[in-house]
Amino acid sequence: MKSVVKQERMALSGDEAVAYAVKQSDVDVVAAYPITPQTIIVERFSEYVANGEVQTEYICTESEHSALAACLAASVTGARTFTASASAGLALMHEMLFVTSGCRAPVVMAIANRALSAPLNIHGDHSDSMAQRDSGWIQLYAENAQEVYDSIIQAFRIAEDVDVLLPIMVGLDGFTLSHTLENVDTLPDDAVKQFVGSRKFPNVLTHEGKKAPFKLDPETPMTMGPIALPNYYFEFKRQQEEAMKNALSVIQKVNSEYAKISDRSYGNGLIEPYRLDDAEIAAVCLGSTAGTMKTIVDALREKGVKAGLLRLRTFRPLPIEDLRSALCNVKAVAVMDRCMSFGGHGGPVFHEIRNVLYDADVRPYVVNYIYGLGGRDTSPLELRSIYSDLQRIVAAKRVEKPIQYLGLRE
Amino acid sequence: MKKMLEFRWHGRGGQGAWTASELLARAAIYEGKYIQSFPEFGPERMGAPVTAFTRISTELIRLHCSIYEPDVVAVLDHTLLKTVPVVAGLKEDGIVIVNSADKPEKVKKSLKLEKGQVWTVPATEIALRILGMPIMNTAMLGAAARATSIVALESIEKTVKERFRADVAEKNFAVIKEAFKEAKQE
Repeated sequence: MKSVVKQERMALSGDEAVAYAVKQSDVDVVAAYPITPQTIIVERFSEYVANGEVQTEYICTESEHSALAACLAASVTGARTFTASASAGLALMHEMLFVTSGCRAPVVMAIANRALSAPLNIHGDHSDSMAQRDSGWIQLYAENAQEVYDSIIQAFRIAEDVDVLLPIMVGLDGFTLSHTLENVDTLPDDAVKQFVGSRKFPNVLTHEGKKAPFKLDPETPMTMGPIALPNYYFEFKRQQEEAMKNALSVIQKVNSEYAKISDRSYGNGLIEPYRLDDAEIAAVCLGSTAGTMKTIVDALREKGVKAGLLRLRTFRPLPIEDLRSALCNVKAVAVMDRCMSFGGHGGPVFHEIRNVLYDADVRPYVVNYIYGLGGRDTSPLELRSIYSDLQRIVAAKRVEKPIQYLGLRE
Repeated sequence: MKKMLEFRWHGRGGQGAWTASELLARAAIYEGKYIQSFPEFGPERMGAPVTAFTRISTELIRLHCSIYEPDVVAVLDHTLLKTVPVVAGLKEDGIVIVNSADKPEKVKKSLKLEKGQVWTVPATEIALRILGMPIMNTAMLGAAARATSIVALESIEKTVKERFRADVAEKNFAVIKEAFKEAKQE
């Protein structure tokens, strides 16, 4: 039984919180491309390297594609690896994202969530990581700088769990979290080091028939990422899906173990319901918007409105059962997407939530709000209008326009 | 005393509005407060109007949006008074602090402000006198500390010493103290 450790309150931006967490997490290799749309994350970390504060091998690559290739290569030899990117940088990694998850390399990556061009824009929205939804990476989205710090530490434990062995991205809203200074309570170095531990490897059979840990090692040669023709490829993909399902329980376990040392947890690690138990109307959102939404829920509750919020912390793997049981008693749900799926029926989070609720005994009304693209700020007044809309939907017993745009000139 | 104070800083690119916002936030952390400090997110160009924001609270700050109705507005450059709506959204009991050698009453009149409280401080003059350079953000920080009583000078001193090289810190803290003293309320 661990107990809560003494912590230091620091003023850190989300970027700095990531760098500090990585510094404490005993990382062997960091590879990154340091130019825009890169953020302060790797700049700050490179200072730790230059000052001799960490023993990490820092590789400055010529592109994000190469940065992830370097992380993948290091990871399969057994090294703990980290990288960071955003926007066009993440888009350039696209090919390597699949190779990394397919090789079951538990790389940890921070994404300062930003828009994609054109028109040229690197401000906050979720277009970059949502476009990588099907790349086989676990995706967590943080609400504030504190959670960014905590999630990065947790990410190593989640990704490296032998029942998971999948790469993970931790999203922090571009600028709103990445460039904003906030209070962050940090754990002592040794507490983090002990929490993350060292990498563990499942034993596998090599082609020579030897039992060996699953990593590249000249003593026990094996092939990583081999060719797999139609007779095997499909089975590999099914195993990745199984690992994703395993991640659901590992994320919860890590969330509660972390709470024991830090006194902080984020719902059950997958979803964070807020005043949802008796809620009649509720919103679902990701990331920093949830904080503002909580203040709105509080104000509405004071007026007797049964409003609630569900923050989806883990988008991949999608916590299907948790979402359904948390939302099935609500009369109307507003799903917020900071991203567009052009030509589709609403945004990617809407697709999931509506899909999940299809199997509910009584289906709530579901409406989608696309908001905040390209860094557009959404005011509390605009966010509050979502709940007024939900009240009208409940009264009218129908959803007139399922896809809405919030704070848009039309 | 309010639970949370929201500050909006107006300056021009290069004048250090964000640094002022950041120093105030860091000083408040020394007093056990919760803080947020962020710039107006956009390309910063030297001389162009910019804004920065600070939130200081006795409780965890959950808001993650811009500040629409500030409690305090600090204007680093008086030429902005004519071009930027600096008092937009200011709360009824809000405070406006302007870098100006004029009396607060005169500035209040020029802002056509009926509500709120105006302070002035000759920040540029103080900066030129002590730093020998027209860098007025730390002077404005001193005036903000005086007008709001949100942080003690000792906390600002600690922050400035942590943030800057010893000689730079010493001069800037002298500026802060002087501005704290010279700031005038209507």
